[in-house]
Amino acid sequence: MSKSENIIELIDVRKVFDDDTIAVDNFNLEVKKGEFVTFLGPSGCGKTTTLRMIAGFELPTSGKILLNGEDISRLPPNKRPVNTVFQKYALFPHLNVYENIAFGLRLKRIESTYANDKGEKYTKKEKLTKAEIDKKVKKALEIVDLEGFEKRSVSTLSGGQQQRIAIARAIVNEPEILLLDEPLGALDLKMRKEMQVELKNMHKKLGITFIYVTHDQEEALTMSDKIVVINDGDIQQTGTPTEIYNEPVNTFVADFIGESNIFNGTVVGNLKVKFCGATFDCLDDYEINQLVDVVVRPEDIKICKPGEGQLKGQVISSVFKGVHYEITVIVGKFEIIIQSTSTAPVGSTIGLRIEPDGIHLMEKVYTVNKYDGEITKNNTVKFGDGEFECDVTQLYPSSHLDEEGYLITANGEKVDLTGVEVNVEVDTNDIQMSDDKDAGGAQGNIISMIYKGDHYRYIVRTEENEEDYVLSCPDTWNTGDFVGIIIPKDKIKLTLKPAGESK
Amino acid sequence: MKGLRFNRKHLCIPYAVFLVLFVIAPLFVIVYYAFTNGQGHFTFDNFVNFFTSTKTLGTLLYSFAVAIVTTAVCLVIAYPTAYILARSKMKKKYVLLLLFILPMWINFTLRITALKEVLSVLEGNISVYPFLNSVIGMTYDFLPFMILPLYTSLQKLDNSLLEAASDLGANKATVFLRVTLPLSVPGIISGITMVLLPSMTNYVVLDMLYNNTYIMGSLIGSYFSAYDWNNGSLISLVLLIIIFIVTLVTNRFSDKDANNKGAIL
Repeated sequence: MSKSENIIELIDVRKVFDDDTIAVDNFNLEVKKGEFVTFLGPSGCGKTTTLRMIAGFELPTSGKILLNGEDISRLPPNKRPVNTVFQKYALFPHLNVYENIAFGLRLKRIESTYANDKGEKYTKKEKLTKAEIDKKVKKALEIVDLEGFEKRSVSTLSGGQQQRIAIARAIVNEPEILLLDEPLGALDLKMRKEMQVELKNMHKKLGITFIYVTHDQEEALTMSDKIVVINDGDIQQTGTPTEIYNEPVNTFVADFIGESNIFNGTVVGNLKVKFCGATFDCLDDYEINQLVDVVVRPEDIKICKPGEGQLKGQVISSVFKGVHYEITVIVGKFEIIIQSTSTAPVGSTIGLRIEPDGIHLMEKVYTVNKYDGEITKNNTVKFGDGEFECDVTQLYPSSHLDEEGYLITANGEKVDLTGVEVNVEVDTNDIQMSDDKDAGGAQGNIISMIYKGDHYRYIVRTEENEEDYVLSCPDTWNTGDFVGIIIPKDKIKLTLKPAGESK
Repeated sequence: MKGLRFNRKHLCIPYAVFLVLFVIAPLFVIVYYAFTNGQGHFTFDNFVNFFTSTKTLGTLLYSFAVAIVTTAVCLVIAYPTAYILARSKMKKKYVLLLLFILPMWINFTLRITALKEVLSVLEGNISVYPFLNSVIGMTYDFLPFMILPLYTSLQKLDNSLLEAASDLGANKATVFLRVTLPLSVPGIISGITMVLLPSMTNYVVLDMLYNNTYIMGSLIGSYFSAYDWNNGSLISLVLLIIIFIVTLVTNRFSDKDANNKGAIL
């Protein structure tokens, strides 16, 4: 990409707020002239902060923002050729519609070149004339379709009209980049859809670069040329709406964009992946035994007769959503969401078929092992085909155990934990292996070892239910070794399952 | 017994009684005395006296001068203070605000007496600068009434409006002049109303500062202590009308910004 094509570039931009929260971390982005770019992410992900740094309301802690190749990261907002449409419009309540739109024009100084008597050229900064301002305001009102509103007070306008005025106020200055901070967030659904189309048309007509911030994935998919998915101050993925939807790079993107079924899977052969207890053909090429996240969009799952597809399950709910039915099917212990134009009766058993192009694999980035566990009567926890000693007092703040092994909560209540279902998390660094298969709470075979520079990444699989333990270890073992799994008591993190989630 | 059932409207009876006894009735009494003479006959004499006597007219003008200068000084001190208190990100700003409001909690007599002592030390003979001392005394007394409404209206100011203005090309000074200042007008007006009118009549401050100049309040006081209720009432009536006019004018001002009404304490 040549430099001249990029209207704005963010290089290693980082923003740390006064209270040491990192809002944006090493943000790198190039935006081409005329593009419609959307920053998409959940609230608090740093997308608005990034926009505010481009606008000049926040200064980056480090890094550079280049506009047409020039560093503007330290310029105040009034010196930048960008304009912002604010989330809550921020129209001036003491000015009428005309004056609101003319605000920027009245402050503008145009440099013109003149020649004096001796023929020497000189430049002069001049205000726009009244007639020029008038013409531009009229034109802007025309673009947002609010002709004749000049004299109205902004407080008499509806939300949608205020939004249009806010857009008119920004575009009338002919900025190089228009920044839009969740501009449609306060509008109702119908209005929002209309404005989406109008904004898109405006973008085409004006030809200026739009940078749009939203948490609404549908809005992002509808409007953008390019979507930047952001989470925790980091760019997760950059791409066209189709790329983002069809080829999400990680589970966050898959989960955030559209509905998806995400499963733990293992590559079991050339272009073959195993998940939900069945083997599927797929198009993504990974090494055998690689652990993967499998993403299947609900609309890519087809209903067929029991026994015909790869999976078989029972329908537990079917909800009509207008265009399609949303059907929930239980397959073994997995819950699968399907979108289909036809439905199946609740309680019936159906077959499910997933074509290879409906299966998207992503390499698993492992830092913790997550399991569903159950507390036994001995205050140990059962998970992953094993039983481990654990500290159950972490389930309730400031609780303790009495002599009989019952849990006493902070307010003195006695709780019997037997049979309570819990989420179990164990860090990959906290699992050890032992030659003595009975040394720990579980045992299994090493099915994979990958050298990661200074340690090996092992996967140990149990025999009974094929549960996997992923662990890091600096020592060398051999694939196929049968080992015991040891997890120190204080390294097992337990959390109660939220009510209703336990099956 | 339907007629005796308690109704929400009945809650306003105490206030209505108060209003009639202490507001409406006295008003009629004032109007009666203002347009009668000592013998109880109807007359315009008091009215004519007021507008022909150089003493009363002079006092009226002098009161205006004191009140306007006091208000101006209060505004000049209060605006930057309120602005800093409201807009800064200082963590301790509420403590600072309290420091400005705190004098209101201390007894008025004590405050003015203390001020008198300070002025005596600074000026030697405090009766040499009556006008200056009046203004200092009144400012000291009324400053919190100016700061509070300004603080409230500046604090309510939406930060995104200031950002929008700078986004549209305004530098800091322009942002202030074209957005902050116009939007704080309701606060300015309610501050002015709360300082201007009382400082025309609060002659106690002057008395306590051994001030021998007269303002409207002192004039009324002197008539009443000389048992001339008729002239005293007329002056009160004139003041009432002036206050009414000022309120009308300022209300007209703040009506323009009906949708972002500033602070009234």
